[in-house]
Amino acid sequence: MKYTRRDMLKMAGAGAGAIALGGLGVNYLISESYAKKLKIKGAKEVISICPFCSVSCHFIAHVKGGEVVSTEGDPGYPVSEGALCAKGSTMLSMINSDHRLLKPLYRAPYSDKWEEKSYGWMVENVARRIKDTRDKHFVTTNAAGQKVNRLDAMFHAGSSQMSNEEASIVVQAQRALGILNIDHQARI
Amino acid sequence: MTNHWIDIKNTDCCLIIGSNAAEHHPICFKWVIKAKEERGAKIIHVDPKFSRTSARSDVHIPLRSGTDIAFMGGMINYILQNNLYFKEYVNDYTNASFIVGPGYSFNNGLFAGFDPKNKIYNKKDWQFELDDKGNVKKDPTLQNPRCVMQVLRQHYARYSVQKVSEITGVSPDALVKAYEAYAATGKPDKAGTILYALGWTQHTVGVQNIRTSGIVQLLLGNMGVAGGGINALRGEPNVQGTTDHAILYNVLPGYLPLPRATMATLADYNKATTPVSKVPESVNWWQNRPKYMVSFLKAYFGKNATKENDYGFNWLPKGDPAKSEHDGDYSYMYLFDKMLKGEIKAGSIWATNSANTLPNTNKNRKALANLDFLYMAEIHQNETTEFWHGPGVDPKKVKTEVFLFPSCHRAEKEGSISNSGRLILWHNQATSPRGKSRSMGQIMIDIMKEVIDLYKDEGGKFPDPIVNLNWYKKYDAELVAKRINGSFTSGPQKGKQLNGFTDFADDGSTASLNWLYAGSFTNDGNRMKRRSLKQTPMQKAVGIFPNFAWCWPMNRWVLYNRASVDKNGQPWDPARAVIRWNGKEWEGDVPDGGAPPLTKEGGKNPFIMLKDGLGQLYGTGLVDGPLPEHYEPVETPVTNHGFSGQLSNPCAKILAGDMDKIAPPSDPRYPIVLTTYSMTEHWCGGSETRNVPSLLEAEPMLYVEMSHELAAEKGIKNGDPVIVENIRGRVEAVAMVTVRITPFRIQGRTIHLIGMPFAFGWTKKGIGDATNRLTLWAGDPNTSIPEYKACCVSIRKADKVTELA
Repeated sequence: MKYTRRDMLKMAGAGAGAIALGGLGVNYLISESYAKKLKIKGAKEVISICPFCSVSCHFIAHVKGGEVVSTEGDPGYPVSEGALCAKGSTMLSMINSDHRLLKPLYRAPYSDKWEEKSYGWMVENVARRIKDTRDKHFVTTNAAGQKVNRLDAMFHAGSSQMSNEEASIVVQAQRALGILNIDHQARI
Repeated sequence: MTNHWIDIKNTDCCLIIGSNAAEHHPICFKWVIKAKEERGAKIIHVDPKFSRTSARSDVHIPLRSGTDIAFMGGMINYILQNNLYFKEYVNDYTNASFIVGPGYSFNNGLFAGFDPKNKIYNKKDWQFELDDKGNVKKDPTLQNPRCVMQVLRQHYARYSVQKVSEITGVSPDALVKAYEAYAATGKPDKAGTILYALGWTQHTVGVQNIRTSGIVQLLLGNMGVAGGGINALRGEPNVQGTTDHAILYNVLPGYLPLPRATMATLADYNKATTPVSKVPESVNWWQNRPKYMVSFLKAYFGKNATKENDYGFNWLPKGDPAKSEHDGDYSYMYLFDKMLKGEIKAGSIWATNSANTLPNTNKNRKALANLDFLYMAEIHQNETTEFWHGPGVDPKKVKTEVFLFPSCHRAEKEGSISNSGRLILWHNQATSPRGKSRSMGQIMIDIMKEVIDLYKDEGGKFPDPIVNLNWYKKYDAELVAKRINGSFTSGPQKGKQLNGFTDFADDGSTASLNWLYAGSFTNDGNRMKRRSLKQTPMQKAVGIFPNFAWCWPMNRWVLYNRASVDKNGQPWDPARAVIRWNGKEWEGDVPDGGAPPLTKEGGKNPFIMLKDGLGQLYGTGLVDGPLPEHYEPVETPVTNHGFSGQLSNPCAKILAGDMDKIAPPSDPRYPIVLTTYSMTEHWCGGSETRNVPSLLEAEPMLYVEMSHELAAEKGIKNGDPVIVENIRGRVEAVAMVTVRITPFRIQGRTIHLIGMPFAFGWTKKGIGDATNRLTLWAGDPNTSIPEYKACCVSIRKADKVTELA
């Protein structure tokens, strides 16, 4: 279920009204939880982890119809105990951001624009260029004549945004190619 | 972290240095507050800028950026002069009694054995003196002038409060207040913790900054205990895990050193990297290195790794030996230098904004345009993905072919990440990846699968490591996690998962992608998914949750916890016991090895990762000296710091190219110190958080914080657009005139410091562009971590701006 900006405003208005009524002796908690129920009613709860600092606060994603409709802190993680900071609190808008890259893009040499390409085309073309570069520049021995079997002409700048499993895979591939110029945020 | 997030609540004194924990790790800060409120802990914040961390502290020490060793050296001197160290701990658990060889010297800022041509030390003269049998000579009375305790006393005697005050700019009173409060933890029933972050590492003396904390914590008996330890507040989301798995040139997964060209065979590698100890009480854990290496190769190359082919050892690329400052270093600073020179032709940048977050941005952006092709995986467009049409760049002149894969959000994939306290946590997949985005794991598998097929079809240069790779068909996080943990490849348990370190063998019968993670995914299943909060009362008292997820190594929450007990296995502080020997076995946390306490038969020393098992007050492991010494940043406003004639770190890594200019000391053109930092609302280079409207609204554009005094001197008012400039670049920012930064009184003169965040970039119009156009590529000699935290600049009011809307 998708919410329009108008729907959100209506809900926010309902919340504000409820708080005002609270001052008049009306139990606003009932109306507030009702509003929440609307949003996450019937949603599946999935636990994930905020992708920022390594306190690794857990959040609960409420998933409905294959979409994340709400996120909140997970009180079950004993480090954060349900709390989230300014960044962690915006997890829903990060996931559903309009600005996210959703299609593979290619920029040709000397071109001034991106072109959309299929995933398969991208994989094939990248693999071809890796192989050609490797075959052309592979170094068997260093200046001292020692065996080194490496590819000095390529590099990988990697990421601490990867999971452990992704990091393991990426490093395995890069080293198999013979690449030593490997680095990531641990050094910067 | 040697300890973990919750453990901060156990401390009596929290020294936060080179970190603004309240703003950069906001949710952890409640454990600091808990220690303060419930235990009456003292909080000391050492940082040039007053921040929300300082506001919650008992003492704020505003030191000039880059003078941390002076501050910490002063503390070591204070502890020793006043005999405030924990004597039993120092005697039993450190190398205080070891006798340093007669060749050791320290003269005018240089240790023995310096080779000025290559800017490296020959460490021969730093070594300990050995007896006829090859054992280290010791003096348990600690009186021998060459014993470590005396060498330490002599070295830091120069770090008087007055002298430290003159160079740091901190008043003597404030220094003594901080030293007194922290040194008070040198008692058996007191604990002090040191929390640091990039404010400590990002200096040309970064590693030695951290070494000072090692010395202080050993002197005060704070290692291994609850509420103690040396705690790196890891900044990045999974930087603990991605470091463990080695997205780094210098190590293979599990901190196995990179094979070098001098190691022709696996036997050579093992010989060069496996320490041998003659001390019977030493566990000398790294003696197991060959088992971890062979198991790693077996996991990498599967059945293709055999005893006959040295398990594929020579299929791994080898680095050149590190014979000088520059040799054999494949880190970022050299990587971009080689890219600019055209030596690196192509590569990949995945989920990192190199064109914004690396120092000396102007150089890096230019270097990217020298590549033939670049393939990237990103969640948003940023300054790196768009470099080919950035400010001042004509795309018609940029040859680089760019492939950009959309990668998915963490909530759209499953896998594990390791938090700062080494707790490995599983995240579940909430939804499928949006649009045509995919996990980075899947993208890498697909590209490599294609490369493997090409080599199989066409042949090519040295296809062995590629065609023999134990590769994957599709990304299955649990399958990879199982391989990381490892399994038996032969014998009666063939196919079963490894239970832990003791299962590893060096004969090819076990395979594991990372020995440190063995135990995380056993035959009982995926232990990283565990959610139980069950604890014993002893574990509850110190905040250990052994049934929640899984903590490396071996589910041990506090590293070196055998140092938290005396030689009889009884805790120094019974109210805060991490482990305790009950006469038969250990209780509490998982102990560092199962051996009984030192006084029992088979008892072992506590620091199991070190060759002799004792904490190194004096250590020969680093390349730039056995003891930390104050040196100025490479770009400094002073010409003499007063501790020696050696102005900056003699081993600092410095590049010589035209685009790597460094201003001379005390350059009148650039008299102001610039330091850089992050903020709560934006994340690092900012490409994700800048695109969240509420976060951009909270922190909308690049600013520069400065004191009222500097603003008055320059005629700048709060909110004015200004230009910050130095020998490398020019940046526009909005002036934020504040009491949070005050002028420093250094050697009798006033020195100003300004501070800037670095989360803003041109791809979001009008918010400002890279602060890092000002910072420099000068690296710590041990790690090559660049000196982001201190360089020299000038500042003036802008007549006109183009980067700010």
